[in-house]
Amino acid sequence: MPKIKLPRNSPSIDMTPMVDLAFLLVTFFMLTTKFRPEEPVKVVIPFSVTTTKIPDNVMTISIDSAGRVFFDMDGKDVRPQVLQAVMQKYKLPITTLDMSRFAVMGTFGVPVSQVKAYIEADDAQRKVMSNGASGIPMDTLKNDELLDWVTSGVEYGLADYNTKLANKQNTKAPSYAIKADGRARYKIIKQVIDICQKAGIQHFNLITSLKSMPKS
Amino acid sequence: MAEVNTGGGGGGGKHQKKRAKKLSTRIDMTPMVDLGFLLLTFFMLTTTFSQPKVIQLTPPVKSDDKTKIQDTLSLTLVLGKSDTVYYFKGRLSLNPDSNNVMQTNFSNDGLRKLVLNSNQFVMNSIKPLQDQHNANKVTDTAYARLLDKAEGNKYARFVIIKTDTNTKYINVIMALDEMNICNVGKYALIDANDDDMKMIADYKQKHKAK
Repeated sequence: MPKIKLPRNSPSIDMTPMVDLAFLLVTFFMLTTKFRPEEPVKVVIPFSVTTTKIPDNVMTISIDSAGRVFFDMDGKDVRPQVLQAVMQKYKLPITTLDMSRFAVMGTFGVPVSQVKAYIEADDAQRKVMSNGASGIPMDTLKNDELLDWVTSGVEYGLADYNTKLANKQNTKAPSYAIKADGRARYKIIKQVIDICQKAGIQHFNLITSLKSMPKS
Repeated sequence: MAEVNTGGGGGGGKHQKKRAKKLSTRIDMTPMVDLGFLLLTFFMLTTTFSQPKVIQLTPPVKSDDKTKIQDTLSLTLVLGKSDTVYYFKGRLSLNPDSNNVMQTNFSNDGLRKLVLNSNQFVMNSIKPLQDQHNANKVTDTAYARLLDKAEGNKYARFVIIKTDTNTKYINVIMALDEMNICNVGKYALIDANDDDMKMIADYKQKHKAK
């Protein structure tokens, strides 16, 4: 009698579909991820029911619970120009290397005199510096540093937008956001808004996180 | 002598015919898969999907702050500290004995109810609109336009939100949010003046005495 041959099962299974799926997901996450530099300040933003998304190309002024003010803006091309303008105004030296490092830096909140040291520091040192600093000074009548940052930011942001628009490059109109901690006093936010108005900003976006609409 | 036998051990002996070794067409994909999943895990953990949302605000520029509001249509909220709201309808009466100042909080039965009741005129007019919108009879854009129109009606309640030096930012956001929820289209955010502060002080004194 002939022996019945059992088909031999291969011990390895075909992984191709799984790999396809895995790489599809990798590609998806790679394309959707937006890397943000670590923020030196913890801001607990309040909730609201609004569903308007935060616009692109935004200048963000953060205010933490103690009322310290931090500055950040989008635009790798614009940031070095802003830095240069502000440093020039305060007659402080700045190198090209510092400028290129500043281009990819996140939000910061140190007085102008410490900005150079802050740029050159590593992440851990930056954290220490941010915790020790009192934010960007804005209450002095003589040297309103926040006003200088915002003014330069508005000026170069708009200039960059207009050049890119003229060259038919992909760009978004600059917008301005305030990211304040719910525990901060409104007085400080009002002060920041006043300063921004001085710099010519009219429309503000107050950053909140989403909560669901209550049932009426 | 100098032949290199690549065929391995087994097949020597009887089979003299030379046979090309069959190479497997499969390559070992395991390392690639490992890497793939590593990257997948990394991106999954670092991605944040919830984009922050924004409340749009266009504060008036100081010089052109001359909007006249009909007293009968105004509702003034003064945001005090520790989540309290003092409010009065119409013009503030400086007489401490007058009863037009009240206190409330940010709960659903507090500010929400107050603003909804004050905004009854608009709420009534947008009710049919909302129903139509829910039944998909109007497009979103048309709905938004009609809503704006209803909210901007000449007889709609005007809410004045006043802030004090001790007001917390979260309370301001909560008040602005109530405006959104209760469909108040006309509101302003301004500083409380001395009269308002005096009114609150009077109110507190009176209620402490009781």
